[in-house]
Amino acid sequence: MSGTNRINLTLKVWRQKAGKSKGNLAEYQAKEISTDMSFLEMLDVVNEYLTLKGEEPIAFDHDCREGICGMCGAVINGRPHGQEKGTTLCQLHMRHFKDGETVFIEPFKAKAFKNIKDLIVDRTAFDKIIQSGGFISANTGGAQDANAILISQKNADLAMDAAACIGCGACVAACPNASAMLFVSAKVSHLTLLPQGKPEAAARVTAMVNTMDDLGFGNCSNERECEAECPKEISIANIARLNREFIKAGFFKS
Amino acid sequence: MNWFIRVITASVGKKLLMALTGIFFIKFLLIHLIGNLTIYGGDEYFNAYVKHLHSLGPIITVLEFFMLFLAVIHISTGLLLFFQNLSARPFKYAVNKNGGGRTIGSSTMPYTGIFIFIFLIFHLINFHFVDKTNTTVFDIVSNAFANPIYVFFYVIAVAAAAFHVSHGFWSAFQTLGLNNVKYMPFIKKIGVTTSIIFGIGFGFLPIYIFIM
Repeated sequence: MSGTNRINLTLKVWRQKAGKSKGNLAEYQAKEISTDMSFLEMLDVVNEYLTLKGEEPIAFDHDCREGICGMCGAVINGRPHGQEKGTTLCQLHMRHFKDGETVFIEPFKAKAFKNIKDLIVDRTAFDKIIQSGGFISANTGGAQDANAILISQKNADLAMDAAACIGCGACVAACPNASAMLFVSAKVSHLTLLPQGKPEAAARVTAMVNTMDDLGFGNCSNERECEAECPKEISIANIARLNREFIKAGFFKS
Repeated sequence: MNWFIRVITASVGKKLLMALTGIFFIKFLLIHLIGNLTIYGGDEYFNAYVKHLHSLGPIITVLEFFMLFLAVIHISTGLLLFFQNLSARPFKYAVNKNGGGRTIGSSTMPYTGIFIFIFLIFHLINFHFVDKTNTTVFDIVSNAFANPIYVFFYVIAVAAAAFHVSHGFWSAFQTLGLNNVKYMPFIKKIGVTTSIIFGIGFGFLPIYIFIM
């Protein structure tokens, strides 16, 4: 293939055996990596070499590989999903790396995200937050007429922007306090902004914040690292909305 | 009262306490600065201000105890948040890099806070819990700042406070849910301006007295 550059990298990858609480950084060479590859494809190549050598391949999470599922994610050189703005790890391409560079690959680290193996962490804490209130209760029955409930374009857009959150956990990984506020605020916002979400708004925000606290996430201190690292570029204006909703629910709703 | 405790002990509730008490301290600093600027008016002018302030009597005492109460809330909640946040990530990253969100002010918040607390105790021993018979407050102040070590310590403490306010100001608005794309850039500018005013306003005073 003409026009394809190939680079060699030194990888420092976090290896942690399943069920163990400690791990360490292991060094691997990634040779002849096409710059057209995604970061995950580069790891695939490294894993093929490891398998051929009879070594345990690097375990990492992935699914759609097109940046919409929220499954992949690791901390690359200290940055969740790598240094490129608004991209997931699967959409980070090797052309952003220099030949001969040393790349550190670490899993997301937080008390609430237990390490399962190597780069895979347990993010069921997010599911538990959703289960505590991140939904609307709708009775089943005949389908409603379209446009029966009017929603302003502005609110529809804001709700859609919040709903873009794929729940990957990069906000927690990026936060110096390992806080899940950006995730929770996105989930609270996209429902609260819409008429269908309003009836349960107060109960929802209280339950979700309490669940988040119980799961051992840190407290938000407005460092804005989450917003900077979010692959879907969720705004911290959502965190302000969550705070507003929490204050409203706590002090003004019975 | 149960609901109240539940609200203020939640993560968002604790931040709310920090924001509300913090905003009060910013207001206090502003009034404190305006009062302190009378030093530039000279010996008599400053002492007249002090005398006038102390003539308010019980109002001052009530405010002092109110501020002590707020300080206890701000410092204890701040320390609690600090330790909770430390324990939220038991295993650290090998490589730490800033994604562009943090500022010097935001990343040093707990440390500048602890430093300001230590300074505050020192400051109160210096100028508040001091024998004021047969002397004027101006003399006490000018004697203290004749010592370059005092001047240095005060300037450093003021710088710490300025950094603390540079993050604390807008952060308080964000915590109160008052973030809005229309006026948030304005709030951030006011926060930075306020911290610079505090930094220069308070910071230059000991230097001025030292040079005099």
